[in-house]
Amino acid sequence: MKARKIVLTSGKGGVGKTTATVNIGAALAKRGHRVILVDTDIGLRNLDLVLGLEKRIVFDLVEVIEGRCQVRQALIKDKRFESLAILPAAQTRNKDAITEDQMAGLIDELATMADYVLIDCPAGIEGGFRNAIAGADEAIVVTTPEVSAIRDADRVIGKLAEKNIPMRLIVNRIRPEMVRTGDMLSIDDVCEILSIELLGIIPDDEEIIDTTNRGEPLVLGEGYRLRSIYEKIVRRLEGDLIPFTNLDAPGFFGRLIGALKAG
Amino acid sequence: MFPLREPYDVAQPPVSAAPVKLGRAIVVTSGKGGVGKTTTTANLGTALAKRGVSVALVDADVGLRNLDILLGLESRIRYHLLDVLEEKVELDDALVRDKHTPNLYLLAAAQSREKEEVDTESMRDLIEELRERFEYVLIDCPAGIEMGFKNAVVGAQEAIVVCTPEVSAVRDVDRVVGLLGNAFAPKLIINRVRPHLVHKGKMLSVEDVNSILRLPLLGVIADEPDVIVSTNKGEPLALRSDSQAAAAYHAIAARVAGEDVPAPMVEYKETFMDKLGSLLGGRR
Amino acid sequence: MTLNEVLTRLNRIFGRENSGATAKERLRLVLMSDHLSLAPDMIEQMKQDLVAVVSRYMEVDRDKIDVRFEHQDRVFAMLANVPIISVNRTPSPPMSRPRRRRRRKSTVQQDLQGTQSSSGTQPAAGTA
Repeated sequence: MKARKIVLTSGKGGVGKTTATVNIGAALAKRGHRVILVDTDIGLRNLDLVLGLEKRIVFDLVEVIEGRCQVRQALIKDKRFESLAILPAAQTRNKDAITEDQMAGLIDELATMADYVLIDCPAGIEGGFRNAIAGADEAIVVTTPEVSAIRDADRVIGKLAEKNIPMRLIVNRIRPEMVRTGDMLSIDDVCEILSIELLGIIPDDEEIIDTTNRGEPLVLGEGYRLRSIYEKIVRRLEGDLIPFTNLDAPGFFGRLIGALKAG
Repeated sequence: MFPLREPYDVAQPPVSAAPVKLGRAIVVTSGKGGVGKTTTTANLGTALAKRGVSVALVDADVGLRNLDILLGLESRIRYHLLDVLEEKVELDDALVRDKHTPNLYLLAAAQSREKEEVDTESMRDLIEELRERFEYVLIDCPAGIEMGFKNAVVGAQEAIVVCTPEVSAVRDVDRVVGLLGNAFAPKLIINRVRPHLVHKGKMLSVEDVNSILRLPLLGVIADEPDVIVSTNKGEPLALRSDSQAAAAYHAIAARVAGEDVPAPMVEYKETFMDKLGSLLGGRR
Repeated sequence: MTLNEVLTRLNRIFGRENSGATAKERLRLVLMSDHLSLAPDMIEQMKQDLVAVVSRYMEVDRDKIDVRFEHQDRVFAMLANVPIISVNRTPSPPMSRPRRRRRRKSTVQQDLQGTQSSSGTQPAAGTA
């Protein structure tokens, strides 16, 4: 079976691409798939840090492309999982160290070794973005329900559409209590503006900060509210039709007031 | 080719023969996206202008412009940065006066162009021209360290780096500061601090961040939902008088202007909800 | 009604617009502007189509046509300035045949007659 090559992108920085890449990848691996995560943010690598593997980097993506090592030497296996590995970015190079064709070739090679190749794209729409999407067959666009993020996501969607890359949307950091008071755009608003298929709705939750600080994917811990949401995202990726479930807003009063959708 | 191993080398502009005091050009950068560069540029610009000085804000994020929408000026943009650089219009025609604050002007980025279309030397000349007319020129830098970053930095003499207390952000700022080298005397703003998380040990503290970065600290700003509301409306937070973050921006503006005021800090105050939350049993 | 809907209505009644609604409207307009700036070919094609349609009714100065998009605070509009050289002569509408006006029995007169006979005065002479 041919691997799925999925790029996670957003336009705007800081909306949660890397966190989503790590947590979706880990959840896929937990379900038994062979997963490789690729950090294409050359010069500003962070995938390794968010997964807690930063101390084990020996070779990076640029060295693989330049032929200075084999792919397998550069891949870092996460020992907490059966089959999850990352290919780190180079830190002391810049994004024109590789071409789009070289990236596409590398992703194809990784696709022979895995079921899912998830490509973590840098912020922006410059060379790093173009390289990251060069190897992908599908895209997940990540946005938050904020004006700048949506505007940037719209631009990125335009660019992906030019390349005929099918895409789905994750809306991250939604705050149900602010949506209720009308101080934040709702999921319906966001979907209406961006008009692409929804893959996941992730509420703003402080537990994510702690897990990224410690380099621990949600799926490895117990009692994380966001864990089940990522598991549903993964099931939808696999092709199951999982409805977006009701979410109890975090906090004492939220439970009294009622539910808003998430999942 | 953009040199990465050496500090970024910026030649100092030639000393002007004209008896005009050039304004200060400050680039607001971070490396990591989403930490609050554009918000800081808009609010710091507003706060400075409110002190009576003339301020020009330059959006260098070509293709992904957002400074206009944060200021509520998105419907007033007729010409943009590339129109000026390509000499299609005069600088005066492209500068948009702010809705809310006199003395504050915006030079918007182009939305339908690419960052690679900006000529670096022309950008440097443009910033110089702006310095001749404004006391402060704040340049909003895009995320990353590619061409957009390079063009935002050229022409600036000073840098403000914005960081959030998260591992990736700190790492990226460290990288950017390394690239900037000594020429920019970078100063730090720590943004989106959540004191109750710091108190629980679930977020890096200001001391943690600064012990790694070791930069002069301009100030610390707490995470506030009001930032989202102000972006929704296109009214910078610094226009309000009832917000901690607004007060922090004004204090930072004073410090940037050279006033000896203490750097705004964020204190942890245990709220009723915190006490209730721990009483009801903390979740993991 | 959900709580959200209640709050939205209350806010509208008291004249405060939610920033979320403001954000949505602003985004809608700004994205239109962004999309248009990315589609110069489409605008060019639309201009040509516009000229073709208008030219069916009047002769226009094709070189001086100006199509502009105005993004005001709450409104996004297309403004087209089309200099007209001449308006085609169209055949006059067909003449209508003259018709004799018929006088109907006046209800006013009937009323007056009714009133006057009850009060005893004579009706004026010469009524039809």
